[in-house]
Amino acid sequence: MDTMTQAPLPAQAHAQAQSSTLTGGPGRPRLRLATVWLAGCSGCHMSFLDLDEFLFELADAVEIVYSPVASDTKIYPERVDVCLVEGAVANVDNLELALSLRQRTALVISFGDCAISANVPGLRNLFSSPGRDSARTVLERGYLELADATGQLPHAPGIVPELLPRVLPLHEVIPVDLYLPGCPPSAERIRAAIAPLLVGERPRMEGPEMLRFG
Amino acid sequence: MSVITLQVDGHDVAVPAGSTLLQAIQAAGLSVPTLCHLDGLDPVAACRLCLVEVEGSQRLLPACASEATEGQVIHTDTAQLQGYRRMAVELFFAEGNHVCAFCVANGDCELQDVAVAVGMDHSRFPYQDPQRSVDASHPRFSLDHNRCILCTRCVRVCDQIEGAHVWDVAERGSDCRIVAGLDQPWGEVDACTSCGKCVDVCPTGALFAKENTTAEKHPHPERAHQLRRAREQQQWIR
Amino acid sequence: MVALPPRERSQLRCCGASGCRSAGAGPLLAALRAAAAAGVAGEPSAIAALTTAEPGSGLEVRSVGCLRLCGQGPLVAWDGPEGTRLFGGLPPEGAAALVAQARGLAPIPLQAEPALAGHRLDLEQPFFRLQRPLVLEGCGIVDPERIEEAIAHGGYAQLRRVLQELSPEQVREQVRRSGLRGRGGGGYPTGLKWDTVALQPPGRRYVVCNADEGDPGAFMDRSVLEGDPHRLLEGMAIAAYAVGADHGYVYVRAEYPLAIERLRLALQQARHQGLLGQGIAGSSFNLELEVRVGAGAYVCGEETALLHSIQGQRGTPRSRPPYPAQAGLWGAPTLINNVETLAAVPVILRQGGDWYAAIGSDKSRGTKVFSLSGAIRHTGLVEVPMGTSLRTVVEIMGGGDPDGGAVKAVQTGGPSGGCIPAALLDTPVDFESLLALGSMMGSGGMVVIGQGTAMPEVARHFMAFSVNESCGKCVPCRAGTVQLLALLDRCVERRATAADLEALEALCAMVKATSLCGLGQAAPNPVLSTLRHFRQEYGAVPGAGP
Repeated sequence: MDTMTQAPLPAQAHAQAQSSTLTGGPGRPRLRLATVWLAGCSGCHMSFLDLDEFLFELADAVEIVYSPVASDTKIYPERVDVCLVEGAVANVDNLELALSLRQRTALVISFGDCAISANVPGLRNLFSSPGRDSARTVLERGYLELADATGQLPHAPGIVPELLPRVLPLHEVIPVDLYLPGCPPSAERIRAAIAPLLVGERPRMEGPEMLRFG
Repeated sequence: MSVITLQVDGHDVAVPAGSTLLQAIQAAGLSVPTLCHLDGLDPVAACRLCLVEVEGSQRLLPACASEATEGQVIHTDTAQLQGYRRMAVELFFAEGNHVCAFCVANGDCELQDVAVAVGMDHSRFPYQDPQRSVDASHPRFSLDHNRCILCTRCVRVCDQIEGAHVWDVAERGSDCRIVAGLDQPWGEVDACTSCGKCVDVCPTGALFAKENTTAEKHPHPERAHQLRRAREQQQWIR
Repeated sequence: MVALPPRERSQLRCCGASGCRSAGAGPLLAALRAAAAAGVAGEPSAIAALTTAEPGSGLEVRSVGCLRLCGQGPLVAWDGPEGTRLFGGLPPEGAAALVAQARGLAPIPLQAEPALAGHRLDLEQPFFRLQRPLVLEGCGIVDPERIEEAIAHGGYAQLRRVLQELSPEQVREQVRRSGLRGRGGGGYPTGLKWDTVALQPPGRRYVVCNADEGDPGAFMDRSVLEGDPHRLLEGMAIAAYAVGADHGYVYVRAEYPLAIERLRLALQQARHQGLLGQGIAGSSFNLELEVRVGAGAYVCGEETALLHSIQGQRGTPRSRPPYPAQAGLWGAPTLINNVETLAAVPVILRQGGDWYAAIGSDKSRGTKVFSLSGAIRHTGLVEVPMGTSLRTVVEIMGGGDPDGGAVKAVQTGGPSGGCIPAALLDTPVDFESLLALGSMMGSGGMVVIGQGTAMPEVARHFMAFSVNESCGKCVPCRAGTVQLLALLDRCVERRATAADLEALEALCAMVKATSLCGLGQAAPNPVLSTLRHFRQEYGAVPGAGP
C-alpha cells in the first residue's frame, strides 16, 4: 500500500537539467513526456488522441520520448519528466516496464481506471480458488477446457509474458504521483490534467469533472 | 413547536426540536456525504460518512442518527473528518467489486458521487476481490452482490414502506450479504410484490431493472420520502 | 472462598465448575462419593472400632463452584478440625486415601500417604492469601445446585431485607455510595445507571444481565454462574426492585452449557421458594426472570446488540443515544448490567455502600475478579481489591512465568484491550490506569505473555478475532479490520515497509474513531498498544514492497 499522505509533486528535474537548446518556448525546457500501455484496451490512448488540436500545442511544448501512439522507441528512455501509464499490471512484462519506468521518470501518472483499480483486466482476479490462482484458472479455461483435443497451455519463455497470479493496480507495484481516473478519461480531463504540468504546476484533481470513475 | 439553535461550521441555525444533526446541517445550507441514509427511511448510521465533530465531545456523531441539541457547536468538514471519510469510501471500493466502466449505474451512482465528494482518486487499500454472485431469478429485476455496499436501504424500504420485508442481511462481517426471503432466489420469494422500491433506493448498481445495461440505471431514491410524507402527512403532491 | 475455619466434622468440597470438570472432576467426585459411601467396611477392624464416626454418614462430599486454582484441577478441599487442606490433580484412584484421611481412619499420617503425595496445594501461598472474596464469597462453598445452601450462606437475605425495609431510592443510594462501576469493561457508574432507569417516565422497565462473556481468556462470569448462581439472581432481583422492573433476562452465551443448566435450575428453585415470581418474600414486588441463550456472536455482548438478540432480531448494535436506560427492550427503559456487577450488589447492601467504597482505589472501588491464563504458573481465578498492582496479581499471586523466565507483557481486556509491558507491571489495576496505558480493564481476562511470543502475532491474533466477530453493519469494522489484518500479516512476516506501518496507524485511528459500536472502536487497541510499547518488533523493512 502506498502512503496515506499525498506525495509531493516531483520537480521537472530531468527537463531542467537539460540544455535549453531543446526547448520550444523561450526559457522553459521542453518536457520529456512518455505514455505507456500496460494491460488495458488502449482506450485511454484513443482518448488522448482525441485531444485534437491541443496535440499540436502539446507537440510544441513537450518531447514525446516513448509512446505506443507517437513514438517508435522500444526501450523506455532515461530522464523522463512525465509518464502517463495506461492499464493494469497483469503480466511480467507489465511489471518489468512499470519498475523500469519508475526508475527513469520524475512524475508517474496512473492514466485511467485500469491503472488505478485494475478495472476490467482485474476481473480475472475474481476467478481464483485456493491453490489455483486466477492466471491459471483463466488460462486453463481458455486453452484447455474450451479447446479441442489438441489444446495446450501457452508456454514460451521470453516470447509470451507469463501472467501474474493477480492483476494489480499500478500503485500496488510502484509509487504513483498522480491519478487520472476515467474509463477512459475524457480528452478534456486529460488536457486539464496535463496543461498545468506544462507550466510546472500540479493539476487540481477535484470535482466530478476531474475525478469520477467510469 | 419548540426550536433548537446550534452552530454548524460557524453558521448559526435554528431547527425544530427533534431534528437530526443532518437536518440542521442542511438547514445551514451545507452538506455531508451520506450513503446509508435516505430521507423516508429510519437511520442506521452504518456507512459512517456523515460523522461530525461536536465541540466538547470526544466522540464523533453520525449526523443522520443524532438529535440536534440546544447550543451544540458542530464541525462537518475538518481535516480529520475528511481523512476518515476518504478512508471509508476506499474501504467500500476495496471490499466489493466495483467496476464503474460497465456498471448499470455508471454516471448515476451515489458511491461514485461520494468518491468524488471525498476526493478519492484511488484506493490505498488493496482490493479484496471477493467472490460474489448475481441473482437474476426475479422476472423484472436483478441483484448483483458484487456492487452491494450493505447500506440496507432495500431492507428498510421493503420493511418500512412496502411492508413486505423481503430483504434482510445474512452472515457476519465481510461475509455479510443481502438475502431475499429465507435466503432464497429472489424470484421464488412470494412476499415480493415486484414494486421495485428496492431498485429505486439502491445507491449503486446492485439492484437494477433487467432492461437496463451499462449506465442506463436512473434510480429514484426520493420516492421513499415522497411515500412516507404522503402516508404520514397526507401530502400527496411533490 | 477456599480456606474455611476449622470444623469438627470433616467435609470434602470437590470443584464442579467447567475447568475442573474438563480436568476430570466428574470421575473424581464419583470416586470420592463411592469411597465415602463404602463406609468403613474395607478398613481394618481395629481402627474401625476406634472411630466414633457413623459409617457412611460421617463424611460429606459436596460438589461446589470454582476453587480458584483452575490450572491444578481437579481441585478438592478437605475441611476438618485442622482447617482446610487443598488437593489438586488428584486421580480417582486417590479418592479412597483422601476419604480415609478425612475420616481420620487412615493407617498412616497425611504426609506419608503416597496416593496424596504431590497433590497437596499450599493455601498459604499469595495466590490464595491475597484474595479478597466478595463477589466470589460463596463460590466454592455452596453447592450451586442447592438453593438451601445458598440461603444458609446468607443468600437472598438482602433481597428479603430490602423488600421489607428499604425503598427503591434507598437501595440506589447504597449502590451510589458504594462507587460500584460496571464490571463488563466500560466502568460506567452503576448507581448512575440505576438512577437513569428508575427516573424515566412511568411505565414498564426491564432488567437484563449481560452474561455473554466472550473475551478470549475470560472466565470470571462463568465461575459466578456455575458456582453461585443464586447470588446473581439476588443481585438482579434487588436491581429490578431498585429501578422498578418486573421482568428480566439473563443473556448467556451458548458456549456455557453448565452455566445455563445451573442458572435454569436456580431460577426454578428460586420460584419454588417464592424468591422470584409474584409477591416475592411476602411483599408486593413481582419479578419474572428468563434465561436467553446467545447463538455464538461475540458482538451480542455489546448491549444494544444483546437487546436486539433478546427481541429475536439480528444481533447487531445500533447507534446510541438513546441508551438502553432510556429506550431498551421493546422501547422500554432497560437496566443492563454485567454478571459481576450484579453479583456485587448483595454484599453492598449487606455491608453498606460506604463499607464497599472503602475497598479499592480512589476512582475504582471494591474488588475485581480476574481470570489469569497464558504464560503463568498459577492459572485460575482471583478476586482482589481494585488498585492492586499488576505485578502483585501476575507475579506474586500468579507466580510469574512457569519456566522461570521473565514475564514479557500482560494482555488485559481481550480483543478490546491491550498489552502492558513488564516494565509497567507496577501499574495499579483500575479503570483509569489501564486506559492511560492504552489498554482497558475489560471484563477481567488477563493473559500473560512470555518472552517467546512476538507482539505483532498477538496483535494479529486479536485482529483475526475481530474480523471473525464483526457483525458487518458498519464499514470501518467490517472492511477496516480485514485491511488491518492484511497489514498485520505483513508485519508478522517481517515484510512491512515504513509506509505499511504508517497505513496501519492511520487505519487504526480511523476504525477506532468511526466504528459504530465498542467492538469496532476497540478492535485497533491490541495493535495500538503493542505499537506503543513494542514498536521495535514491528520494525519496518527498508526497501520491502510495496
